[in-house]
Amino acid sequence: MIRPTLQLLSSETVDRVVQEGIELLQDPGVRVHSPRALSLLGDHGVQVDLQAKVARIPAQLVCRAVETAPKSFYLYDFDGQPVVHYGGDDVQFDPGSTAIEFLDYGATTSRAPVTADFVRYVQLADGLPVLDAVSTAMVCSDVPQAMADLYRLFLVLLYTRKPVVTGAFAVETWHVMKDLLVAVAGSEEALAEKPTAVFDVCPSPPLLWSEITCENLMDCAQYRLPAELVSMPLTGATGPATLLGAIVQHAAECLSGITIHQLVNPGAPIVWGGSPAAFDMRTGTPPMSAIETVMIDCAYAQVGKSLGLPTHAYLGMSDAKIVDAQCGFESGISATLGALAGINMISGPGMLDFESCFSLEKLVIDAEIVGMARRLVAGIAERETPLALDLIRQVGHTGNFMATRHTKKWFRQELFIPSPVVDRDFRRNWEEKGSKDATQRAHERVEALLAAYRPKGLPADVIGQLESITLRRAQAAGMDRLPPR
Amino acid sequence: MDKELFQTMAQSIIDGEVENAERLARQAVEQGVDPLEAINKGFVVGVNYVGEQYAQGDMFLPDLVLAGEAMKAAVAVLEPEMARRGAERKMLGKVVLGTVAGDIHEIGKTLVGTMLSASGFQVYDLGVDVPLDRFVEKVREVNADIVGLSALLTTTMAKQRDVIEALDELGLRPKVKVMIGGAPVTGSWVDEIGADGTSEDAIGAVAVAKRLMGACPEPGEGAVIGRRVSR
Repeated sequence: MIRPTLQLLSSETVDRVVQEGIELLQDPGVRVHSPRALSLLGDHGVQVDLQAKVARIPAQLVCRAVETAPKSFYLYDFDGQPVVHYGGDDVQFDPGSTAIEFLDYGATTSRAPVTADFVRYVQLADGLPVLDAVSTAMVCSDVPQAMADLYRLFLVLLYTRKPVVTGAFAVETWHVMKDLLVAVAGSEEALAEKPTAVFDVCPSPPLLWSEITCENLMDCAQYRLPAELVSMPLTGATGPATLLGAIVQHAAECLSGITIHQLVNPGAPIVWGGSPAAFDMRTGTPPMSAIETVMIDCAYAQVGKSLGLPTHAYLGMSDAKIVDAQCGFESGISATLGALAGINMISGPGMLDFESCFSLEKLVIDAEIVGMARRLVAGIAERETPLALDLIRQVGHTGNFMATRHTKKWFRQELFIPSPVVDRDFRRNWEEKGSKDATQRAHERVEALLAAYRPKGLPADVIGQLESITLRRAQAAGMDRLPPR
Repeated sequence: MDKELFQTMAQSIIDGEVENAERLARQAVEQGVDPLEAINKGFVVGVNYVGEQYAQGDMFLPDLVLAGEAMKAAVAVLEPEMARRGAERKMLGKVVLGTVAGDIHEIGKTLVGTMLSASGFQVYDLGVDVPLDRFVEKVREVNADIVGLSALLTTTMAKQRDVIEALDELGLRPKVKVMIGGAPVTGSWVDEIGADGTSEDAIGAVAVAKRLMGACPEPGEGAVIGRRVSR
């Protein structure tokens, strides 16, 4: 069976991208604002300019890092099952992150998300089987900024057993987030053995590792918690205007991250990911769903695959402000293309407005898109031999295939059966049900799924540990009690 | 013990296992189980379950069809035994069914027939491309309670009106309810040609048929009852 794939670059071009990426790390080198990283690089013979905080990394070191980086690894759910496979052409989805706005059903104006929104989001994502992992999708505005990153993880851990895609906003909070994960896993060893979360680490374009992200990157390596590189050149602004130029810059940033990471702990899991954008030359915005953004994503994934590395991208999002037609077509096109590109983890469902605003209705609509994209990449299977000769002869000219065992046996596997969010009714039935559009139907599904949510049954002592870890940070940030849930 | 057998019977319908349903029906006859009980406490329970699951969106058309086929097979085995005992299954009504002349579309009509039959109607399926006269003859011959007219094409839809007019001319119209179906059929078409009901799907059609027979007071989902009846 052929697995449908999308390749935007020739293998010669891919090789040239990698080659130029490697050369950029020697000249002009990469800026590294972490003294620990600079000293580590220096220890390994890298020419480091401590004044300018620039490291010129030799090709040999980069190549060795690419070799020691694992070609595949799993993320585990909180029952210890390997449910997300980073590697090969496996395609998985999680909601986008990290929104600072929330769009209520029916609203055209967004607002700052609070705890209740986040809890509803996690419960909803928990009930959507096409989402393999849950992201820490929003920043809750009802807790201090100093604990906003770990508070998201705390809420996710309380309300789902799915693996988590997350990230820290500071050097210290990464460790608190690790402690939260350890509280559920039992020990640091158990967590490293079966990692339940991946941490996004974002270099700044062009070619800069800020102290926070660089420390996060190295801490991930040290504790063997998977890191996901999120390189984000903006074409014509913080990166070259040509798509291929942006892909080269992306490759250089990722290669520098992998090198630092593997120097800390060879063999620690790391993902070739990103969040580039084709800068909008009229408005000055970074559209996450421009077709060129999607093209850069699919192409860099191809580059990452050529190195044998697991891949990630932000797709299945929309730059629309509400759940409208633009929202549907942008999310549909980008999620489908990302799936065809065989990207291991596609983050994006639920996200609007340049990845800044979350909508529960969009999340359930996107779940249908994800279901269809997954169906597409599952391909057309040869279920029977002969393909249909015997069957069609047996049914003959009567034309009624519906009453055959063949139909009963295969239709559920052959078809992605959508939820009522997708309208396939006869017009009259649709009218009788109230002539509802996709967003209205999505809202009904949101309510139905939330009503069907069942608590995940974390042991009381684990909940207690999570609460005390989080509360300690809240109190340090000047908040006496955690918001009610 | 019968209770267990009844449960397996219902399950054979739910699974759409025609051979199993037949075998269980034979077993019932051999064990001297009342065939009416086998139907009503066993097989029909499965049919109802499948109908409910379909309405909820958890089962699909092929499940309905195979459940219907399994039901048909079981009833065929039990019928001679019922006749021998002088028992008669209380049928909900007699339905003459077919796709109108000039139209050869079968699936929807057959599905409705299968579900009506599984739900306890006596169904006379005349097939496709059925001339007007055959509908009328059959209605008269079996003293039908309902005639079901299927048409997929807007061009053949007019034949539904022709059949109703023919029934009217022969004085049969007061005795027989007319259900129409097919993609182009709308509620206003039902009213325009003076039919009694329509439905978008086979489960809805069963609800309409029951309602027309006075066996089911509340209209089912997706069911449209013509104004002539609902008044």
